[in-house]
Formats: sequence, structure tokens, C-alpha cells
Amino acid sequence: MVDTEKKMKAAAKKLLSEGKVDVVVGFCKGSRKNASRPFFAKSAADAELLVWDGFCTANLAAFLPRLFERPARPKDGWKPPRVALTAKGCDGRSIAGLVRENQVPRANLVIIGMPCEGMLAVQKSGSAKKNETARACVECVSPEAADADVRIEGTSRKPAKASYGRVKAFAAKSAAERWKAFTKEISRCIRCNACREACPNCYCKVCFADQRKPSWVSPANELSETVAFHMGRMFHQAGRCVECDACVNACPMGIDLRLFTQKLAADAVELFGFAPGVSGGDVPMLHTFTQDDTERFITDPEEK
Amino acid sequence: MTKPSQTYEPTIVAFLCNWCSYAGADLAGVSRLQYPANVRVIRVPCSGRVDPLYIIKALQQGADGVLVSGCHPGDCHYISGNLVARRKFAMLKNFLEYLGIEPARVQFSWVSASEGQRFASLVEKVVNDVKKLNAAPKFPRQRKAVAVA
Repeated sequence: MVDTEKKMKAAAKKLLSEGKVDVVVGFCKGSRKNASRPFFAKSAADAELLVWDGFCTANLAAFLPRLFERPARPKDGWKPPRVALTAKGCDGRSIAGLVRENQVPRANLVIIGMPCEGMLAVQKSGSAKKNETARACVECVSPEAADADVRIEGTSRKPAKASYGRVKAFAAKSAAERWKAFTKEISRCIRCNACREACPNCYCKVCFADQRKPSWVSPANELSETVAFHMGRMFHQAGRCVECDACVNACPMGIDLRLFTQKLAADAVELFGFAPGVSGGDVPMLHTFTQDDTERFITDPEEK
Repeated sequence: MTKPSQTYEPTIVAFLCNWCSYAGADLAGVSRLQYPANVRVIRVPCSGRVDPLYIIKALQQGADGVLVSGCHPGDCHYISGNLVARRKFAMLKNFLEYLGIEPARVQFSWVSASEGQRFASLVEKVVNDVKKLNAAPKFPRQRKAVAVA
């Protein structure tokens, strides 16, 4: 890790001092023990502060749509910034999705591919285990960012095979049990929207949850509204979720959002052979179709 | 005061596309076909216009079931709206079922403008399917206690 950090700093310094990029998105030491926080290095001196350790859990791709956002009144000759990003496998998968959705101009982005051995699980109050690899990293199918422009040498985790064991186990329960388990899990939600803010896929300028005309979900202290919000938020991940667990790590209540969003990832592969970030193609899954898409779910009134 | 009916009459929200299914429902009406009066029809320009949030919102507001119907594949007025919708609904139906919403509550079908009879039997089937389920409201209503300092 120390060696990786040195190489990463050197690469970042080189990019900044040669003027190839305006900013390097990475991590620096956090204000608390056992935490690293996202950091924007804008000069070679800043690059000295970059760190790479087991706490670099956040998905940095979440910052990209806003960095590349065109201002409301752009000055003459405005050009999107040139950005470099220290990418783990999950950041890389998210970037692939954002490029596909035209949120990131790929030509302006330098992906610094980091060797990722898996990050440590975020410590939540009440969790006893320490120095445990995060679940998303244990189940990670591509620990190294594909399509990296600069590759930092080092050892990475062995890619896991996608299994979706928890999804299958949950699906085996009865409908009533599933609904009870889902609403019970969601009942802990305090509607802080941290899951949404941490997610690279949630770049909408106005989220459906914040719209008031029409009001999709009310901000009232009412469980059914919270359940509806989460159903909507999760479904917006269909064919887009790269299973980085940024939402789970951000949740202050420790809600197991992964158990539900993972179903969408499993279905995207099963129904349409679409694994966002791994084998996606150029068009988002729900923006396209084939003539022989599944028809099994269609109700036929003549069928007895 | 009349005694409330003992039988459970579910409310079904039906999103029908303007060009096929809505006309199909109209045909069922002018042909004087009998079908259950539980559906509340909402006309949409195309089945592709139906946002999954419409369906979630309908269920959250207390609808017992949701029916979405559009033109048969290949017959869409906008060429491919129903084909894009088909992908979306395949994902949505699986996802809602996974979360514990019975598949009978959210149903999708194709009805063309000439299929009045098909529309009538579709509504009958959906209403019967939902009647078999529990009448209890689906979304839990509950307020969280807020501690006041």
C-alpha cells in the first residue's frame, strides 16, 4: 500500500505539473482516525497530501457529473475541465456507466487505475468486527478499473464470481415475509438522502423525491412515503447499479440497501445480459430494446 | 343508511395507451360488453409514457392493483414506445415481486383498438386475481415518534 501510494503521488504530480489535468480526484487523510476523505488536488503541492490506504471506500465517480457540469451562464470559451481520478474497480465501472449516459466527456478524463486489494468495511456503531474487508469488495467482480489511461502497478484482489446468493435466499421467502422484511428494513430510514448523494448514478439536478409538482413522495414523517421513495430510488438503478456499496456505506442507519438493489443487477444480467460497467455497450439498458425481449410477464386474458 | 357491502371490491388503476387500449376500452363500452366496474382508467399517450413511479405512487396511495396496457408489439403509434416499455416493465414486475408485492397486483398486457372483448376479459381477470389476495392496504402507514428536546 505504501509503495502504491508513492507511485500514485508521482503519477498525480506528473499529470498536474505537466499541465495535462486541472485537478486530480483522490483521497487525503480524514479528520478522524481510520478514515480517508475525498480530496481534489489542484497543484503538485496538493498531490503530496494524497493517500491510498484501506479506508478509500467512497466511490469518487460520484463527483464527476458535477465537475463536468456546464455552468448556467458559461463564460466565453468555457471548456469542461480536464480531470484525473484515482480509480478502483468500482469507480471504473461507474465511470463506464457515466460515459454511456453522456455525463462524462471521456476525452477530458484521465483514469488512474489503482491496484485494489479491497477496502475495509466502514465501521458503524454496533458492528463489532474490525479490519474486515467490505462485503462489496469480497463480492467484487472487477477490482481493477478497465480502460485505465495510467496504470499503477501492484497486486489486486482476485475477481469474485457473481453469485447473487443472498438475492436467491431472499426470493425463496414468501411474498408476505419479503414485504415485511423490506418495510421493516426501510422503517429505520430517516430520509437524510445520503444514499442518493453518495451514488454516482444519482446525478439528476432535481431528484423525483424533491419535486413538489408533481409530488411523487411527500417529505412527511410517514412510512409509506419512505417506502415509496426507496422503491423509486432503487428502481432508478435498474441496469445502472455497479454494486459499489456507496449507498450502504453512506447510510447512517446501516440499512441493507444492497440486498434489494442487487436484485436489479441480477435481473439485468439474466433478462438482458447487461452488466453495467463490465459488459455494457454504448446504450443504457432501458433506452433500447430487441424484438425478442421477454414476454413472459405479460398477462394474457384468454389464458386460463 | 345502507349496509356496506360484505364483498371486497378492489380498486384497479388502469393506464391505457391512447391509440390502442383506450380505444379498445371504448369499443368494449360501445359494444355493451359487461366487465367489472373496479377499474379507474387513466389515458396516457403511450405505454412508454408510464413511469414506474406512476405505479409505485398508485399503490402507495391505496390502489389495490395496477393494470398497464398498450398496443401489441410492432403496432405502436410511436414505432417503439411499447417495446421500450416492455423492457422497463419486465424489470419492474420482477423487482416489485421480489420486494413482496404479489405479481397479480401489477399486471401488463397488450390490447388493440379492435379487441373490445379482450379488454373486457382482461379487466375481469385482473379484478378476479386481485380479489383472491388480501384486502389489507399494502403500504404500511406509520408515523415515527420524534423526540423533542
